[in-house]
Amino acid sequence: MTQASILRQITDYSNRANPYPLYKELLKTPVLQDEEGGPYVVSSYWDIKGLLHDPRISSDAANLAAAGDDQAGIEETGLPPSFIRLDPPEHDRLRRMANSAFGPPHQPRRIDSMRGELAQIVSDLIDGLGDQRQIDLVDQFAYPFPVTVICRLLGVPREDEPRFRAWVDPLVASLDPDTRESATAEFRKSAQEARMQLGMYLAGLVEERTKNPRDDMLTDLATSRGPDGAMTMMEVLSTAVLLLIAGHETTVNLITNGMLTLLRHPDVLRRLREDPALSVNIVEELLRYEPPVQLVPQRTCIADIELRGVTIPKGSRIWLVLAAGNRDPERFQDPDRFDPDRGDIQHLGFGSGIHSCFGAPLARLETQIALTELARRLGNPRLIEDPPEYRPNAVLRGPRHLTIAFDDLLP
Amino acid sequence: MAADYLDRLRREGRIVIVGASLAGLRAAETLRDEGFAGSLTLIGDEPYEPYDRPPLSKAVLLGKADPRHTELPRRREIDAKWRLGVPATALDMTAKRVRLADGDEVEYDRLLIATGVRARPWPKEPEAQLDGVFVLRTRDDAVGLHRRMKAGPRRVFVIGAGFTGSEIASACRDQGIPVTVAERAGAPLAGALGGVIGAVAADMHRENGVDLRTGVMVTALEGDTVGRVRAVHLSDGSVVEADVVVVSLGATRNTEWLTGSGLGAGPRGIACDAGCRAFDFRGIVTDDIFVAGDVARSPHALFGYQFLSLEHWGNAIAQAETAAHNMISPSSDRRPHLWVPAFWSSQFGVNIKSVGVPPMGEELMITQGSLAERRFVGVYGYQGRIIAAVSFDNTRWLEFYERMIETGAPFPVEFPTVDRRPEGRTPVSADFPDPSLPTHGPTVTLSGYSPADRQLVFTPARH
Ligand SMILES: Cc1cc2nc3c(=O)[nH]c(=O)nc-3n(C[C@H](O)[C@H](O)[C@H](O)COP(=O)(O)OP(=O)(O)OC[C@H]3O[C@@H](n4cnc5c(N)ncnc54)[C@H](O)[C@@H]3O)c2cc1C
Repeated sequence: MTQASILRQITDYSNRANPYPLYKELLKTPVLQDEEGGPYVVSSYWDIKGLLHDPRISSDAANLAAAGDDQAGIEETGLPPSFIRLDPPEHDRLRRMANSAFGPPHQPRRIDSMRGELAQIVSDLIDGLGDQRQIDLVDQFAYPFPVTVICRLLGVPREDEPRFRAWVDPLVASLDPDTRESATAEFRKSAQEARMQLGMYLAGLVEERTKNPRDDMLTDLATSRGPDGAMTMMEVLSTAVLLLIAGHETTVNLITNGMLTLLRHPDVLRRLREDPALSVNIVEELLRYEPPVQLVPQRTCIADIELRGVTIPKGSRIWLVLAAGNRDPERFQDPDRFDPDRGDIQHLGFGSGIHSCFGAPLARLETQIALTELARRLGNPRLIEDPPEYRPNAVLRGPRHLTIAFDDLLP
Repeated sequence: MAADYLDRLRREGRIVIVGASLAGLRAAETLRDEGFAGSLTLIGDEPYEPYDRPPLSKAVLLGKADPRHTELPRRREIDAKWRLGVPATALDMTAKRVRLADGDEVEYDRLLIATGVRARPWPKEPEAQLDGVFVLRTRDDAVGLHRRMKAGPRRVFVIGAGFTGSEIASACRDQGIPVTVAERAGAPLAGALGGVIGAVAADMHRENGVDLRTGVMVTALEGDTVGRVRAVHLSDGSVVEADVVVVSLGATRNTEWLTGSGLGAGPRGIACDAGCRAFDFRGIVTDDIFVAGDVARSPHALFGYQFLSLEHWGNAIAQAETAAHNMISPSSDRRPHLWVPAFWSSQFGVNIKSVGVPPMGEELMITQGSLAERRFVGVYGYQGRIIAAVSFDNTRWLEFYERMIETGAPFPVEFPTVDRRPEGRTPVSADFPDPSLPTHGPTVTLSGYSPADRQLVFTPARH
């Protein structure tokens, strides 16, 4: 295997089911520029952590465009970039305002108070399996659960899901480096189109909420006026698009990767069945072992940065391979072992620094509840196909289907 | 043999910890974690099991936590003998014994001293004893002060605008209680962060309705006929009526009990080496006495091997863990305590965090954000290096600056950063008050050996 080919192999679909040997290979050159003009790929835990806190690294879509990444073109759709694609101070202002609708200190109980509701959605979904003894976990559980949750939280009608699905899919696909590289003008245009359509759909809801406020995040985003003032309509829309997509695409994979991992580690599954409290550690270890977001391809540096003797020149693109850092032997003992009993479970699964995952508290809670209930209720569950069929995306990685058989449904 | 001794120590030795608070507890837990199976005694003069102090000036005064319930979470069972509510009064280094106020003596093979600091009281004792005059260090202090604040005082007067004083003022305003703050320096937090950042803090006070008086000293506390405090007199001739006074003038190290013991202990704390081993008064390192937490002062390679005394929560934990590890490890396995000082505070809704040693800084650059918005990162320079950084509502960047400090990165900071504004392009004087003038004091004290510390009478040998 030549080093120049590693990146391509990682994005190549044929390695999707198990990219970890490639990451291990990558770690041998922790700062790697695969080809002239290509991104600098950073894969070790401490380096990634450092760069996520480095103010010389920009997430600004405009800087990325300057660095020659076609991806930034997607933002030119009339909708301004969401805070994930902005630097401070704009990033801070928008994220702060979004946060005041979402979490502490302004809404300290919004997430925790959803506990009962989440548990109810989960048990309804499991009850709904009825007499089936074989299911596709993705379509029948791991997808509908977080979608239902994010819809409720935002205030998006659940029955509109097929409509927004048609817009979300091309958007998510456009995040995939492989797709992006081979993207035709037509594909790119359709992704832009999708974002616009999704924005317009949400605009209708927001307009309605401005007239008839409700207890949901769309209302809060559209109507609250804090110390930072109010969001413009366009800002509300790009924030809502971001939350709607990020609010479920990642959790689907976390839950599915989680169940897959548990089925591959029946002893842990058994322990979880007896001790739901173990779900906290299980989810943290999952975020290390099988993180839904495998890499962050959207950073550029605005100054020369020296890393392990390599000077990354100002203006370069940087890819942070979170999933490789999570299995960096410099940082973790026995990194390829799934071990929820690790003394200090740390990970880059939610990133770190100012862009660290906004929805982390919700994603954690959803996955803890989901896995606990699946472990408790599915009698003698087993994998039908291992490895399962994966989704094409190398950035947001997870199985497309996960077929599970079981003997009975426990009450 | 040394290895045998260590083996026995780990199996059946006696370890005594004086100071049963944050550092003491974390050390005890680490000892057990690392396999110490002998007897463990924790001696504490407070009658309570270890509790956490930072909430006392934050959540407790805001009414969000009960002062009686800030117990420190336990990381594991420690199976210790607790001697609570009884101070240690003397140390006999030769006999390896700690004497307690109740006359008991406890023998040790290894001793850890973690007696911390106490609040510096108002110096005029009769005035300090007036009803309504408080300090804030212990749970009892917090219970008393909290009760008075709930009762709706007409005005609270805070003497000293360091971190604790400012947090108290913030808690008062949060509950609509009128508050006056007096600070000898030109601004709040000036001793810890310098006058430039202090000016931002001053704005925070004033905007939140604090009656802030800077550049003045309190000269007297006045009581009424039944011994309750009623007014505060200031050096500028003004008098402020107040029924609660909080003296927030910094801390004194709890080392008096070691007087005459022969240990290198004094008003600036107990000197130790980087491995937490205490020095005796001759400057010779002991091998059985260790120190950790606020009471310790240890040399730090990053800061010119100056001795640093830190009043930092995180330091107490890290130092306790290192001390505990070293206490039961052979010399080849010992670790240095090379903690980069880090301190946080929250007041007036703003999160403040510092890393490094700001008071060592001469110049300051705002490398991200802006002072005017009260969201920024400022970097302190000392002799061409970055020596410290402070953030207001910008904590997440500090890890980066910590590494810059660790690697001695150059100052001034030339590289561009996200959110760098024109105001941060040139360094300005950080504007620390003259260190010879008393202010409430910083939370990091540079206490390199000074001649005044020397207790040894040196008699050169005669030829
Ligand atoms: C109100 C308040 C707010 C704070 N806020 C922050 C903050 O926001 N951030 C931060 O980093 N730090 C903060 N701190 C500082 C932090 O609490 C200290 O750094 C930490 O408590 C130090 O722990 P320690 O165990 O070394 O000392 P201490 O907590 O002082 O414990 C020492 C113990 O030893 C006891 N003792 C003393 N002498 C004897 C004796 N002779 N015999 C037996 N026992 C004895 C003492 O009574 C005490 O119980 C705050 C402190 C206070 C008081």
